[in-house]
Amino acid sequence: MQRFALIAVPYAWLLALFLVPFVIVFKISLSDIALAIPPYTPTLDEGFGPFFAALDFENFAFLASDDLYWKAYISSLRIALISTILTLLVGYPIAYAMARAPEEWRPTLMMLVILPFWTSFLIRVYAWMGILSQEGFLNQFLLWTGLISAPLTILNTTTAVYIGIIYTYVPFMILPIFSALDRLDGSLIEAAEDLGCSRFQAFWLVTIPLSKNGIVAGSFLVFIPALGEFVIPSLLGGSGTLMIGKVLWEEFFNNRDWPVASAVAVILLLILIIPIILFQRNQQRQAEADA
Amino acid sequence: MNRLSWFNVTSLTLGFAFLYLPMVILVIYSFNESKLVTVWAGFSTKWYGELLQNEAFLDAAWVTVKVAVLSSTLATVLGTMAAYVLVRGGRFLGRTVFSGMIYAPLVMPEVITGLSLLLLFIGIGLDRGVLTIVLAHTTFSMCYVSVVVSSRLMTFDRSLEEAALDLGCSSFMAFRLVTLPIIAPAVISGWLLAFTLSLDDLVIASFTAGPSATTLPIKIFSAVRLGVSPEINALSTIMIGIVTVGVISASLISKRNSLRQQRDEQAAARTA
Repeated sequence: MQRFALIAVPYAWLLALFLVPFVIVFKISLSDIALAIPPYTPTLDEGFGPFFAALDFENFAFLASDDLYWKAYISSLRIALISTILTLLVGYPIAYAMARAPEEWRPTLMMLVILPFWTSFLIRVYAWMGILSQEGFLNQFLLWTGLISAPLTILNTTTAVYIGIIYTYVPFMILPIFSALDRLDGSLIEAAEDLGCSRFQAFWLVTIPLSKNGIVAGSFLVFIPALGEFVIPSLLGGSGTLMIGKVLWEEFFNNRDWPVASAVAVILLLILIIPIILFQRNQQRQAEADA
Repeated sequence: MNRLSWFNVTSLTLGFAFLYLPMVILVIYSFNESKLVTVWAGFSTKWYGELLQNEAFLDAAWVTVKVAVLSSTLATVLGTMAAYVLVRGGRFLGRTVFSGMIYAPLVMPEVITGLSLLLLFIGIGLDRGVLTIVLAHTTFSMCYVSVVVSSRLMTFDRSLEEAALDLGCSSFMAFRLVTLPIIAPAVISGWLLAFTLSLDDLVIASFTAGPSATTLPIKIFSAVRLGVSPEINALSTIMIGIVTVGVISASLISKRNSLRQQRDEQAAARTA
């Protein structure tokens, strides 16, 4: 009895507030927009017959026919992919240097990487608005050094979105790579060097392959949330930055077209399933390797 | 390999400068006299004063704290239960679905979670307000709690629980007297994680909040959309300050506890 309650309570909670809402999204994505509030039909009131009869793929056909959505999905994928690669390039050297730091420093360095996690995401993104704007600190600094003669436009461009994603997600990249590198046996690199590898070759042939699991885990941890990101493109991006999270938001709050917003969500979910499954598999493999 | 090459020193310096400079600049300029955020015009705390006069921000802050306390507490209870079920529950019908529902919210885009919950609340006719935000926050943060707690449950020695049961504890008493004290640090960090996730959340709160309840991130977001403002800098500084003090003192306390535990164990080993 006790065991039943223990299982039933969290199970029922998640069913009601996680799974059922998805079924509703899926259902509404197959409905027509109606003028009544809430703006969707049909409901289950009349039973299953008319309910299924009224469902159609109109919204998905609409998404397919309208350029905006295609472009938004493609450009989200591109932005997420490029920023994942950039985050890896920024994060790897930091993780590498942390793993090479004296042992007594490492807990402090770890805490310094984790600390920004606890700080509001919104504030961390906001901090860049003052830096990247036309009269912001970066432009002031570059003008002062004489590297540029006129201020650059960075805020409200896709470049600013890349910077925002790298900044907010780089801890996700650093931590798994650091934990892979931290466990790496230093004698393997010495052995490679003794056997005639140059330092770079030893790094490329030994260190990189042995930290592969960390790289893969970190990349997924950046790629997956970046794909549906809303805050960064809406604060740092401009009208030219198309991202699907922002499109969904606007479809819902500005156009109040719930069926289309739901259809956008369903497709985003379908796109995400592949990287999520790959990520799970990587984690499982790593867990088995550890065991 | 305890020597740091110039390359490693450079990447650490640049890396941490990249992570911390934006926040340092934000904090410094919150004490700026000028309304123009990027021009330094002398030291002043006037923006903090104005912030304290701003009723809308104070109301939103109060709602945010209320939501965070309620949802993180609920999430800790539910998440700990879920972790216990996952690690100790054995086989039961629908176990795969259950573990899927625990892990899926961790990778779900917030816009989708928010949208789906809003549609549910409207579907069942629940008025949007504090209650709906609490329900939404509890749902996603209980999954984080259960991940944190289950990783602790997996590493601990099960024979301790079995000993308690053999000595006549009921399974609930064994949980309360043996399991709970051992997993307590994980439960506490789960609560802290849930609390900060709730404080921090903009997207899900925007979908599930109604006109009667606005949270601080929603207020900040709508202010920030219009551009950088010294008042928001001051607010951000306060939030950064609270987090820094909280995290550093939490880590000092846990360090002291583990030192004490080590000493106790050594003392026990000597007397044995």
